[in-house]
Amino acid sequence: MKSIYPISKIILLLFLFVGSERISAQTKITGKVTDGSKHPLAGVNVYVKDSYDGTSTGADGSFSFMAADTGKATLVASMITFEKIEKQVVLQGKDIAINLVLKESSNQLKTVVISAGTMEASDEKKVTILKPLDIVTTAGAQGDITGALKTLPGTQQVGESAGLFVRGGTGNETKTIIDGMVVANPYFSGAPDIAARGRFSPFLFKGTVFSTGGYSAQYGQAMSSALVLETQDLPESSSATAAISSVGVGVGINKLFKDSTTSVGGDFNYTNLGPYYNLVPQDVKMTQTPIFTGGSLNFRQKVDETGILKFYGYVNTSQLGVSRPNLDSTNGYMDNFILKNQNYYTNLTFKDNLNGKWKYYLGASYSYNLDDIKPDNLHVLNSNELAQGKVLFTRSIGNLSLLRFGGEYQDNHDISDIQNGIYHSVYNIRDEYTAGIVETDIFLSSKIVARIGGRYEYSSLQEKSNIAPRTSLAFKTSANGQISLAYGDFYERPETRYLLEKPSLNYERATHYIVNYQVVQEQRTFRIEAYYKKYQDLVTTLPTNLQNLQDSLHNNGSGYAQGIDIFWRDKKTFRNWDYWVSYSYLDTKRQYINYPEVAEPIFATPHTASLVVKRFIPSILVNLGATYTYATGRPYYNPNNPVFLGDRTPEYSKLGFTASYVRKFGKAFSVFVIGVDNVLGTNNIYGYRYSTDGTRSAPITATASRMYFIGIFMSFGIDRTQDVLNNN
Amino acid sequence: MKNSILFCLGFMFFLQVGAQNKRYVSSMEKNLKMMDTCKSAPSYQQTANGFERIANAEKKEWLPAYYVSLCNVFMATTMKGDKIDEYCDIAEKYANKADSLSPNNSEVYALRALIYSSRISVNPMLRGAKFGGMSGEMSSKAKELDPNNPRPYLLQAQGMYYTPPQFGGGKDKALPLLEETVKKYEAFHPASTIHPDWGKERAKMLLDECKKK
Repeated sequence: MKSIYPISKIILLLFLFVGSERISAQTKITGKVTDGSKHPLAGVNVYVKDSYDGTSTGADGSFSFMAADTGKATLVASMITFEKIEKQVVLQGKDIAINLVLKESSNQLKTVVISAGTMEASDEKKVTILKPLDIVTTAGAQGDITGALKTLPGTQQVGESAGLFVRGGTGNETKTIIDGMVVANPYFSGAPDIAARGRFSPFLFKGTVFSTGGYSAQYGQAMSSALVLETQDLPESSSATAAISSVGVGVGINKLFKDSTTSVGGDFNYTNLGPYYNLVPQDVKMTQTPIFTGGSLNFRQKVDETGILKFYGYVNTSQLGVSRPNLDSTNGYMDNFILKNQNYYTNLTFKDNLNGKWKYYLGASYSYNLDDIKPDNLHVLNSNELAQGKVLFTRSIGNLSLLRFGGEYQDNHDISDIQNGIYHSVYNIRDEYTAGIVETDIFLSSKIVARIGGRYEYSSLQEKSNIAPRTSLAFKTSANGQISLAYGDFYERPETRYLLEKPSLNYERATHYIVNYQVVQEQRTFRIEAYYKKYQDLVTTLPTNLQNLQDSLHNNGSGYAQGIDIFWRDKKTFRNWDYWVSYSYLDTKRQYINYPEVAEPIFATPHTASLVVKRFIPSILVNLGATYTYATGRPYYNPNNPVFLGDRTPEYSKLGFTASYVRKFGKAFSVFVIGVDNVLGTNNIYGYRYSTDGTRSAPITATASRMYFIGIFMSFGIDRTQDVLNNN
Repeated sequence: MKNSILFCLGFMFFLQVGAQNKRYVSSMEKNLKMMDTCKSAPSYQQTANGFERIANAEKKEWLPAYYVSLCNVFMATTMKGDKIDEYCDIAEKYANKADSLSPNNSEVYALRALIYSSRISVNPMLRGAKFGGMSGEMSSKAKELDPNNPRPYLLQAQGMYYTPPQFGGGKDKALPLLEETVKKYEAFHPASTIHPDWGKERAKMLLDECKKK
């Protein structure tokens, strides 16, 4: 008893002491939180770090609370979409009045992006012009990436050859890049005057960037345009797919392993146009039914939080044969053309973060293409082999800015073997191409960004190097609006057929100047872009020296292209409707290959417009889509007209229609699709072929006025493919 | 004498810890009461802020992080378009935090299921299959971890309720699931006053809707 008393007294004192200190040390903290433009922010969490003390700001941004701790403390203010801030304060019972300013976090939509020349389809970025699924569901595109991109401004409606003809450029001036690796043969090999489709299914890709000019120093050897595709990451789960359509069958499987870090997949496709051509006769005589057989394999592995390894391998063989009346013959002689093609493409890439600041990318790719062509009594074997590697490092500087540098190596091997029974010649060229890339994105604020960089290239075949500067600038004009400028030089090696004759040809070159204004919102997008493009050192083949073809080839050509591209997309105004309108104005002239003078080239026309409409009917789960495209006539060569390319084809117009219906049967999602291309059967003429003496001519047209498609796609398990089902 | 001092110091420590714990529980209770009355985004934000402050002081407790996440999902459901994702991103961040503090917790998996299903409404046509599937997986895992937790049952039943009949869903199919869910709720008792105990009213409401037809 005696002893306890004093102790309990001590305890009491201790409690009193502790308690009294608490009461005396309460510090009142008051203030106001605003954003960078001094607007008050409501609902901001303001508190003392590692304590219970704090409060939320009111509608006027003000706050007031008592802090119990004493001494040095950290005051924190945090709110969604803003950067959290911390301020050191000393709590000693004296009132603290403090005003806090929060900055918007940089990952918000509000950050400016370089947009001159760039149109993007991505799921990852929240606001883009297209979503990857738009590519699949655009009527008239028939599931072809190129077909869908042709509804965007800047492209020409060239129906007789494969590729994207962008802003007065030829199809060869557009390069396709998959996961950073150049694709040497992105399109199926085709017959003359018949456009071939792209080899790669749009389902492979999670992101598509279609650049119509002014692109980054990362991409070279393309004078007009870069189509940058990024393959899917790991699937969400395992799945199997099957497709049956009017043109063929396909099956696929994707297996995601248990730990969800590894997946393996493959598919097999067989396309045979024979049965379809029997039902729908074509205007061109097919001597060999077009048949495409191919498959692909993919492997993806997440090695850690940030690192991903991807492999994609593709194999395809195809054949076709066409026969057309020879215009020089009066007794029904036919021009025959038979093609057999083999194509392999492989792509292995690895991306990872070294630490918070450094990222790196490694890529390797090997591809092989063989065209075995028999035009009449000739036999031509054209092969192309491309091995390439790429390394890219990115270092972030501060919150937004970054420095990017790296190198590229390509080993291009082309062989052309031509024989006709009398003579036999073999051309063989090999080009080791190296490139260095340096580029920096400097954010002066979240509203202004400048990209400055360049690209150095050297070709061992041409024994020539070049340095291509690339710069862009973009600045925000409002929450969703921005202006972007770009300038750059773009070099491209001449087409293989000219290099085979004369390897010492110089690079062809285009210089781009672009001004862009765009307002991008989730539901509506408006974009207008004006450009000027100057062509220099284009390859010319005149005057022809038949004794020595080498002497005919020079870099004497030049030209220009200028125009305006407009794009408007609206998903908001009409419920369940989505539409976009594109308009391109193009003024271009050039002298190149066998043009005796400067003229508007045959693949260009001044006015092109597209309207794409998609309508979803929720009650019956049907998607309807229509695409209408109009273009003014294109120049064509008429030997009887003294004015070079003085004639013009009639106007071009085409209406495409598609309908799809979705349904789940048991565990299989099924989509039924029907599509008609050129519903109205408009006879579109792309140009004319003439007999040597110019007395006879034949129009160049599609092989049939309408194209019909019907198919069922089934998917078991859950993966991205199902998204199509109900995409509107 | 020495013993007595040790005892007293021990007792003091106990009192201090007790006070701390009491403070934690009472703060949680206060915020939970606030959460029950929330009707709009600003009031949910205020409650979320309160839980965030507790999470920030009580670094070893999973419940404050759980509730910050939950408040953010509730806020997401009052939003449209991209905003939904912004709030779901935060909800996911805190769900991950709760998961690291309390691994293999059925409630946290149910919470993740709720977050995924909330993401569907950004674009149901585009996202239904993907996030619906992911949500279902999380619910299944939550059931596996604790078959008596009624929330994963509710989330799966709700998913079925909102899936169009053409895709294998609908009220008819949701009805038996909801009946089971309500039974689970009747039998459920939260581990403490501050453990998750939401969803019963919603389950009953959905069940009534199913019975109407």
